[in-house]
Amino acid sequence: RNLDSETTALLLRKQWALYSVTPLYKFSSAHLKAYAKLLSAYIAAEKQKGLAVEVGVELDIKVAISSLPDLKGSDQDEAAILVQLSLRSQASQKKSEQKLVWSGWFCSVCGDDLSKNVSADFTCLPVFLANGAESYTSIVGSWFQEIFDCCFHRLAISPLSLSWMAAMWTGCKVEENASAMELVFSVPNLPQSLDISYAIHPEDAKALWNTVQKTPGEITQEEVDVFMDCLYSHFHRHFKIHLSATKLVKVSAAVASAHCDGIIKFLQSQYIIEVLMLLTELAISQIQ
Amino acid sequence: SEKMLRKKNSKTPKEPFQHHQKSQSDLSVWLKVGRIDPEKSVQDHQSLNDQENNSKQENSLEPALNYFATGKSSFQRHLATVESVALQRGLPPEAFNVLLSTALSGKLGKPDTVNTRLLKSLIPNSVVPETSVVSAVSWLCVSKCSSNIQVLFLRWLITVFDLIDHKEDLRALYGFFFFFLQEEKMCPYVCHVLYLLTRKENGESIQLYEGMRPHLQALLSLYKLLRPELVSITLPAKTKIYFKNAEGPWKAAIRTIRQRKLENSPVPQPLFLGTARPRSRKRKWNAQLMIPASSTNRSHLEGVMGKNTDLYSTDEYFPVELLQTFPQLLQNIHHLEFPSRMGSVLTNPLLLHYMNCTKDESVYLRLYYWLGQTLQEECTWCVVENGQNEEEFRDFLEILCRAQCFLHEGLVPCEEFLYRSLPLWDGFSFEMKSYLYDPLAQLFFTSSLYFKCSVLESLKRLLQNWLNWQMVHLDSATDSQTHSLNTTFSGLVNTVAELIHFVGMISTVALRLESNHTFLLYFILEFYETVCDIYLKYNMPLLIMPPAGVFYPVLLGMDPVNLNQFCYIMYRYRANLVAAKENEHSEKQFRFSSETYKEYNQYITAMVGCLWTSNAFQKDTHPQGLQMDDELLNKTGVKEFKTSFNIVYHPAMIGYAVQFLQQAWPDDTTFNFSLIKGKKWNWYLEYLYAKGLEGLKVFIESSISPQNHNEQCCFIYK
Repeated sequence: RNLDSETTALLLRKQWALYSVTPLYKFSSAHLKAYAKLLSAYIAAEKQKGLAVEVGVELDIKVAISSLPDLKGSDQDEAAILVQLSLRSQASQKKSEQKLVWSGWFCSVCGDDLSKNVSADFTCLPVFLANGAESYTSIVGSWFQEIFDCCFHRLAISPLSLSWMAAMWTGCKVEENASAMELVFSVPNLPQSLDISYAIHPEDAKALWNTVQKTPGEITQEEVDVFMDCLYSHFHRHFKIHLSATKLVKVSAAVASAHCDGIIKFLQSQYIIEVLMLLTELAISQIQ
Repeated sequence: SEKMLRKKNSKTPKEPFQHHQKSQSDLSVWLKVGRIDPEKSVQDHQSLNDQENNSKQENSLEPALNYFATGKSSFQRHLATVESVALQRGLPPEAFNVLLSTALSGKLGKPDTVNTRLLKSLIPNSVVPETSVVSAVSWLCVSKCSSNIQVLFLRWLITVFDLIDHKEDLRALYGFFFFFLQEEKMCPYVCHVLYLLTRKENGESIQLYEGMRPHLQALLSLYKLLRPELVSITLPAKTKIYFKNAEGPWKAAIRTIRQRKLENSPVPQPLFLGTARPRSRKRKWNAQLMIPASSTNRSHLEGVMGKNTDLYSTDEYFPVELLQTFPQLLQNIHHLEFPSRMGSVLTNPLLLHYMNCTKDESVYLRLYYWLGQTLQEECTWCVVENGQNEEEFRDFLEILCRAQCFLHEGLVPCEEFLYRSLPLWDGFSFEMKSYLYDPLAQLFFTSSLYFKCSVLESLKRLLQNWLNWQMVHLDSATDSQTHSLNTTFSGLVNTVAELIHFVGMISTVALRLESNHTFLLYFILEFYETVCDIYLKYNMPLLIMPPAGVFYPVLLGMDPVNLNQFCYIMYRYRANLVAAKENEHSEKQFRFSSETYKEYNQYITAMVGCLWTSNAFQKDTHPQGLQMDDELLNKTGVKEFKTSFNIVYHPAMIGYAVQFLQQAWPDDTTFNFSLIKGKKWNWYLEYLYAKGLEGLKVFIESSISPQNHNEQCCFIYK
């Protein structure tokens, strides 16, 4: 699927916090405008309670909820839903002066494993990505939980999944002058925490991966393990440190970057759907 | 309301219930409690005692308040009364005027302690009358009290701001508050008060103050927003501005009193299956263990979407918050809707009843998703950060148990949660016996053979997890985090021992129930295979032999696989005991008790007597053993009972003996087992080893001295 440039502009190069979401009950994409009104009233009410983080500057949040029909994997997937909070400062009433302060979107890419188990009353959009202040995330999330009886759960990415991503993304075709692949490891049990950053030239990484991968288009766990072991032993040869004893916390490639706390950044528009497919799989395994 | 109900039950109209509208200065009659007839209303029966206590306290509050109004009689006692009433039930609106005036007017003299105590006890049980606040502000203007007291008053005002019944007069005092901005100490709090009071209409000319401190910035930015023409300074656009949390001790007390009020109310409360007491600690926004039931916001949704939607019926729904009695449930059962969050049904028996009646699958799905996520998110032993909330999680689990007992069925997410999390359990968060062993034993005994086997498998894995955990964690003595769970090594040893004894007990009973089923015995032996090597493999000084109820069924059983396995296990026990004995004199310096050695020796005697020396029933000294008189044995009519359990004649081994005979004497068609002796006995042994009976091999080689096969078995001497 090809995403239009407007959508990709919204998604690329932003840091998204990841959540898994259980199926939404009695959610209908036909009523997005109504939901936006309700959510905006809810936010205003919450602000009245004094939960505002920024004081005085914004009392007027505009909520927009829209559908992103191209953002899905198969036809069985629900179209992605985008929620945007913009600030209309009191000083100027012009609509063009709205500043986007928070955005969040629900999506599902090849999420059949989840949707096949639920009735039609439920809408399955297991991945939620949020960019913006945590206070807004909590307000919007609480509203969705309240209205649609769903549960948000921070989606952590295990080192195993991160190494899969590293292998997968190395194999992706990118343009020239792609950025280096970077792996960040954290070393536990030290009096002061230590982070090791291991940068690999993308050409070298790709060459290594090409020798490891047997069938193009298919990746096995063994291949990922071999790939990582090669990287580790190379590092060990130079620095005498066993990276396999540390915890892989972040993977950055030209395609995207992912952090184990559940943070993702899309860097290439043509691979957004693929990355989302992996995230959908992770989210579903956390829900079921 | 509480007061109204009491009025209804009042027996004597001569002492009418006085409403607070009466003149506030007339304190002597501001509150009288009507008599309550216990027979009249059953509802009140529960709260009768509470109300009597209440009336006693209120009667004592009255003279206390009197004192503060008139300044007579014993001082400390009255102050203590006010404080205790305030903390327990909160003060009625009438009390505030006199107490505020006293505290702020400096009536009680210079020492701030008294005024502080008074102000701190100003915990409202319902509303705060505006008039009392207005008069308090007027006292503030006169500055008869110290600045500390003024500040404390302002903090109190900020805390109870939402509870003030009207605010028009207060807003009229805007200018007075503004005046206080000049006071250095009061400024931050006055800013906060002004912030709360400010509305668009308030236009005041603003003067620049030195130093843009956060509270001023906050106020000014609010002004800039509302009346931009009045604020000519530029404020930094992106600063996050807070008001310092000025709430002080009142907030928690107010909440507690509200909660208590709910519980003591004479209106019958729905019987909750668990305490739905919200904890005061900070919660993550996306997880709540206790959710109050609230109606779906369907009407809200409908209103916004317009009336053209066919998706939602237009029936009137009975709001879930009002559902309090069973008759109500029956009356409204066709007009009920589940609350917006299904998780809230767990503490509500009426909704659980309703859940039982409904056929809508989505109801269960919603509950299961919420439950699954909540258990996963909040599990105190799977997620390190949740360690602090152990008590809350424990309460939640208890509520879950009660709900499931109520429903007479389990909830699927619970099983999945246990399946996933028990392997990770550190075993220390909860007391094993009452929470796990007793219910598990009940389940175990009444279940099928295969269920029993899978339970044993799980318990074996649990044991292995514990042992692995201790090896990893307790070795690193510098790891302070593990000790946060208050575990010591001996604690773990005790827990493990408890588990092993538990498994021994249930195995014994299960073998009787299942008539020594081979399959069951296999799983039991798997468990003991882990147990026998605890010392050598996991470095824990623990050695527990299987109980007689397991030992004898194996020894006398029909299955060579189990017998072989058991021989291996006994060999391992021996290895552990021998190693422990050798290490006795080294640094570790612990010893297995002589009881352990004795038990081992008894078992060994029985085993060797049966299997090797053809002395079955003769030498068994175990209290539950096979020792029997020859006379009795003769009565059985079995001729060669002594040899009946050796490796030739043993029911489990006789198949091998037959095969051996056929190979060694192919022409002999009689089964002459007595041929297997002397050299042939050794051949037979080799034959058995070749058939894969490795366990038997190591057992015999270690436990029986090799000189000749009539030799005594090798005891381990303590």
